Amino acid sequence: MSDTAPKNYLNEQKGIKSWLLTHDHKRIGLLYLYSIMTFFLVGGVFAVMMRLELWTPPSDLFSPDTYNQLFTLHGAVMIFLFIIPSIPAALGNFVLPLHIGAKDVAFPRLNLASWYIFIIGALFAVYSLVSGGVDTGWTFYTPYSVTTSTAVVPMVFGAFVMGFSSIFTGLNFIVTIHKLRAPGMTWFRMPLFVWGLYATAIIQVLATPVLGITLALLIMERVVGIGIFDPAMGGDPVLYQHFFWFYSHPAVYIMILPGMGIISEVISALSHKKIFGYKAIAFSSLGIALTSFLVWGHHMFISGQSELAAMVFSFLTFFVGIPSGIKMFNWVATLYKGSIDLRAPMLYALAFLFLFSIGGLTGIFLGAMSVDVFLHDTYFIVAHFHYVMVGGTVMALLAGLHYWWPKMFGRMYSEGMARVSALLIFVGFNMTFFTQFMLGIQGMPRRYASYPEQFAPLHGYSSVGSLIMAAGFILMGFYLFYSLFKGARADKNPWGATTLEWSIASPPPSGNFDNVPTIDSDPYEYKTAAGPNG
Amino acid sequence: MDSSLTNIFPSSSSTIASDVDALFNFIFYASAVFFSIVVGLSILFVIRYRRRGDEPATSQVAHNNLLEIVWTVIPTILVLIVFFWGFKDYVRLYVVPHDALEIKVTAQKWFWSFDYAEGASSVNELVVPVGHPIKLLMSSKDVIHSFAVPQFRIKMDVLPNRYTVAWFEAVDTGSYNIFCTEYCGKGHSEMLGTIRVLPAEESAAWIEANSNMGKGLSLEEFGAMLYKKKACVTCHSIDGSKNTGPTFKGTFGSQEKLKDGSSVIVDENYIRESLLNPKAKVVEGYEPVMPTYQGILKDRQVDALIEYIKTLK
Ligand code: HEC
Ligand SMILES: [Cu+2]
Repeated sequence: MSDTAPKNYLNEQKGIKSWLLTHDHKRIGLLYLYSIMTFFLVGGVFAVMMRLELWTPPSDLFSPDTYNQLFTLHGAVMIFLFIIPSIPAALGNFVLPLHIGAKDVAFPRLNLASWYIFIIGALFAVYSLVSGGVDTGWTFYTPYSVTTSTAVVPMVFGAFVMGFSSIFTGLNFIVTIHKLRAPGMTWFRMPLFVWGLYATAIIQVLATPVLGITLALLIMERVVGIGIFDPAMGGDPVLYQHFFWFYSHPAVYIMILPGMGIISEVISALSHKKIFGYKAIAFSSLGIALTSFLVWGHHMFISGQSELAAMVFSFLTFFVGIPSGIKMFNWVATLYKGSIDLRAPMLYALAFLFLFSIGGLTGIFLGAMSVDVFLHDTYFIVAHFHYVMVGGTVMALLAGLHYWWPKMFGRMYSEGMARVSALLIFVGFNMTFFTQFMLGIQGMPRRYASYPEQFAPLHGYSSVGSLIMAAGFILMGFYLFYSLFKGARADKNPWGATTLEWSIASPPPSGNFDNVPTIDSDPYEYKTAAGPNG
Repeated sequence: MDSSLTNIFPSSSSTIASDVDALFNFIFYASAVFFSIVVGLSILFVIRYRRRGDEPATSQVAHNNLLEIVWTVIPTILVLIVFFWGFKDYVRLYVVPHDALEIKVTAQKWFWSFDYAEGASSVNELVVPVGHPIKLLMSSKDVIHSFAVPQFRIKMDVLPNRYTVAWFEAVDTGSYNIFCTEYCGKGHSEMLGTIRVLPAEESAAWIEANSNMGKGLSLEEFGAMLYKKKACVTCHSIDGSKNTGPTFKGTFGSQEKLKDGSSVIVDENYIRESLLNPKAKVVEGYEPVMPTYQGILKDRQVDALIEYIKTLK
């Protein structure tokens, strides 16, 4: 930053200490952003190593033990260290107060503490990684996780600690949204990203404690030998699965709801059009948050749970799908008669529409009980949740990152390179994972270090795709980094958007707003060609 | 039905398989329609309403209640159909016909054993008659496994603390893969088996012959056969190479170092203990993953294996 740049949150204070002790939500957002990007890189490297092993049928590049650790670490790092904190903690922290016209979140110190707790949890996970790794799968199913000799305890403890970080962030956001909205910002004048964060925060606060309890019980079972899950000690392994999915199914929505919020922002802003069906989108977020607590058993249709329970879970599962469908239709309707700007954020939003449709629709196959029996624990599942989490959440994260990048750093990235990288990621992703739907239909089970010859062609194709995707991400890392130093200066509102963050300088001053803004209109008031303001 | 779709399915070789596929296809085509609407319209709008200069949008319509109702109600009806259809077949998948032939399935790291009422038993190979319902009564000796046969569209978890049940009726003779689909450790991807579906008489003959397994063979020959049939071969070599477990070559009579630092001479009693209570003495340099064969091997079979190992000098 040159000294001529006006004072902003990046240059007002300098030095490591000013970052590590900051209470500014924008700086804390960036601390999270750097952390999750680091872990995304680590998880990504594990993923590529797995795909290299799976290129050919025998287990040749790595031993089966190493492979089992790779898929466990890939899953655990991507879920607990990357995707759960990604959108809420990184982008949410940065954007939420700006969106509601506040100077900061409700509890700035707690906000910083959340980041430290997250980092402490992450250090336990890293410790587990270097002290022998874990080979249980990210789900830590008992009794396997009780009996394996790998370093399960530090990893589980790390996830336990990170849970607190997630709970604190959720709490902070709920209070912030209730208490710190600028004068005139009624609930229905909040940007939809705020609705998404609100629904997410509810799940974080209500569901995460259950994960904490479950993981604590698991640790006690391993360390002290209390028999809760391991039948050898008189426990019940299926109980573990109930506990685990009671958190982990809602957690899927911790991952996707804030992403959906970003998509609402980006589609509206880059079509220069009011969002279609504001209330339908806002309420569907809440609907998803509430029903998400009632469907965990659909992960367990063949686990030995009662047929009646399975039926109820299947029935409710279909209802959690409907609100997502409603959102899809509303986004498409927003494009209608818009003025659609196809720069990078919009490209990722369109990729989201395409990929998340596939992710959502393939969920219907898995909700249908008889078909799920066939597809459960095959590559169909692997493909399905990658379409949801990468095709959904990661695409939304990238849309949001490219959308708010100029606000965060006051610089633009190279639009040309952004397009190339979006294309590589889109093509590579589909190559990698569409093939996996087909593998699953053919019966290929997941978590196999080696596999029968018949699956070889599709696996090979999938591995090539993963390299193309990796190339896209490397290119992105490069142009984003480059833009920090050499990017063209961004003005206040490069997209012509209407939400509050675009009314202040890029990067914003430390206190966000010089004067408390007063809100007297909806968040997405765009002009019409024929309209009175035209 | 569309052949391109059926081509990627594994053959449908049980009575339930084609019903599962029918629902799969229904969902597939319904999804294809929805996908085309969402993606088709998006592409259309992007092309039609692409921003060229600085011009604002040509409309600011922001809601339409009729549309919201339509796109809520139609998907709801469709998913209700899918729900009932899926539930109906799920019930069929788990309600076992009364005349089913019952076979006991035991899963353990990392093989399947099958026990027939007639006393026959086998490892990783299940032989059944075609056109007759087969009930599998399953349990695990260690962690959770899952019994999956893609060509029959069946799958069921196998638990350590209770019995679970699956059933099928094969419609064609042939060989079908069994996969373990619940992750169970190092040998998970090797935990494979085969179902051989034979005409009724041939399958009965196989079961008959198998119940008298080893009759007329010397102990040593019988042991060599069990070495393969009872899956010792997946972990122990006979040529001196190291595998998951120590090689059998030259092991008899040798001195073995144990994990706790002591050592032991490999004799008949030690081998017997290794088979029935493998965790009692664990060889140095190996994980304690040798499964117990308590209840799987009969006395004469243990004798036979000991005799066989003795001959591997
Ligand atoms: C899942 C892999 C596995 C299978 C299957 C298996 N074993 Fe083992 N076995 C091991 C391992 C690992 C050890 C070494 C650790 C120990 O002593 O428990 C071992 C040890 C032994 C020993 C002691 C060897 C020595 O050198 O001291 C004997 C004897 C033995 N197994 C026999 C058998 C027989 C007979 C079978 C088949 C009926 C069999 N094992 C099946 C893994 C296996
Ligand atoms: Cu298994």
